[in-house]
Amino acid sequence: MDGSLPLWRYILGRLLQAVPLLVGILVVNFLLIALAPGDPVTVLLGEYPAPPEYVARLRDEFGLDRPVYVRLGRYIANVLQGNLGFSFAYQVPVVRLVLERLGNTLLLMGTSMTLAALAGLLLGVVSARRPHSPLDSGAMALSLVGYSIPEFWLGQLLVLLFAVALGWLPAQGIRSTRQEYVGLAAALDVGRHLILPAMALSFRYIALIARITRAAMLEVMHQDFIVAARARGVDERRVLWRHGLRNAAIPVATVIGYNYAFILAGSALVETVFGWPGVGRLLFDAILQRDTPVLLGVLLLVSVTVVLVNLVTDVLYAYLDPRVRY
Amino acid sequence: MVASVEAVTGFTESRSLMDFWRRYRRNRLAVAGLFLVLALSLVALLAPLLAPYDPMSTSLDSLQPPGTSRHPLGTDDLGRDILSGVIWGTRVSLLVGVTAAATAVLIGIILGAVAGYYGGYTDAVIMRLTELFQTIPRFVLALVVVALFGRGLAKLVLVIGLLAWPQAARLVRGQFLSQKSLPYVDAARALGLPGWRIIFSEILPNVLAPVIVLASLDVAQAILLEASLGFFGLGDPNVVSWGGMLNHAQGYLRTAWWMSVFPGLGIALAVLGFNLVGDGLNDAINPRLHE
Repeated sequence: MDGSLPLWRYILGRLLQAVPLLVGILVVNFLLIALAPGDPVTVLLGEYPAPPEYVARLRDEFGLDRPVYVRLGRYIANVLQGNLGFSFAYQVPVVRLVLERLGNTLLLMGTSMTLAALAGLLLGVVSARRPHSPLDSGAMALSLVGYSIPEFWLGQLLVLLFAVALGWLPAQGIRSTRQEYVGLAAALDVGRHLILPAMALSFRYIALIARITRAAMLEVMHQDFIVAARARGVDERRVLWRHGLRNAAIPVATVIGYNYAFILAGSALVETVFGWPGVGRLLFDAILQRDTPVLLGVLLLVSVTVVLVNLVTDVLYAYLDPRVRY
Repeated sequence: MVASVEAVTGFTESRSLMDFWRRYRRNRLAVAGLFLVLALSLVALLAPLLAPYDPMSTSLDSLQPPGTSRHPLGTDDLGRDILSGVIWGTRVSLLVGVTAAATAVLIGIILGAVAGYYGGYTDAVIMRLTELFQTIPRFVLALVVVALFGRGLAKLVLVIGLLAWPQAARLVRGQFLSQKSLPYVDAARALGLPGWRIIFSEILPNVLAPVIVLASLDVAQAILLEASLGFFGLGDPNVVSWGGMLNHAQGYLRTAWWMSVFPGLGIALAVLGFNLVGDGLNDAINPRLHE
């Protein structure tokens, strides 16, 4: 610990670093609106007929007839007040629409990453136990495939196998439309709908985590404290799972955190395959409906969650491994 | 004197290139990847000769299952030949993947080299920009940009290239930081060479190896991103692409599995090929890391 910052100072420093990023995100969003071809009102409205009073209010609120710096100021002020515009396709404010869908996306992402962490760790440890054995080669070949298959195609393949050919699991949506469930039955119903999308989204990260765990385990297993534990006659299984795995777990936690933006993109694609009513599906529909306020709102809110998740991951990392706080 | 130095370095370079190939060849997966990439490139080049039909032309033979001699991989709902679509799709995917990755790496090299070499304020500004572009989810931003500014192959290449450079910039910057205090750079400065010459003809050649590894992995990423945009219905409407075919297949999963299976296989093989080549190059460049 000596020489390293106390944790709260580290957190404060990281929070300050996040501010310019947030400003940058706002500026990028503003530039997209300002540079998009056509009247900025159309960009802020999507291709929907809006009452002229609302158009006039938009022009005034966003200062569309004023110089660029006024517009940027107005835009930032609007966003800070939670005003991301209005979706005429859904007839609701964009913020409400996105936040409503975010829960479903997080449910899918959370389930998938738990699955990925468990399966990836298991696969990685088993591979590292006997490097270059058939089991190891098989697991690593699988992880190579997992890293190259696009999530949305894997999703379609899972639908073809488990929904169309075998008829075991539902292919679309988050709950059954034919029957109303309540309580535990409703949760189980959502769970059944969650299985295939979670498999599709997690496969890539099972592959990634298995590769990282294997490498970390191979490195850890040569270190002194493992050799010492073995010399003390500690049971080999205990050495592997307790001493080895504990040290390999840090990179796994950070891999999930730092890949959040990619996982989110994967989720958007998987949601589209399975009709999962999350942010990704919202994006897909917004493109079809030319509902630009929703597109821009999703981009903004999703970017902000990336900043937050990166922050939390950094802090977690610094907490687990004090050497990071230089 | 200068000529003899060049002769000597030229000699060692060609020798190290042969050593490099020997190390690369030892890795069977890397060779398989190279084979895949070459085979797909050949398909892309010869697409007009290989494809039995115009991939866009519709016919009355709709939703034919694969296995017939007229349509070995079947047809889609509009009677378009899947095999021809997959073949022409190879051309689009590789073209976009390679040119977009090249754009990204080029931008990354320039920004990373300038940041690493000059340091200070320039470095700080470029690195903040890099962080910003690594934070905003690339796929969502690409989606919004294409939706707002219009589709088309050239635009796709530009968008993917303009969004994918941060990794290359970070890598090149790191390499420049470790190189710029070495004696040969001091010597070049003492000779009074201008900054851009030191950057591009003195330092850059020494740091290119890891950049080439990254470029290969970037092609895989760019192919994936292009396919993802196509799947979201944002591909170039005037050409056949694998992602676009999968977008179309989504509506026919219950009736025509072949509309999904074959184009997806194309994407997976292309991505796998470039990933394997990247991994293989990496192992061959850093033989010590490979136990």
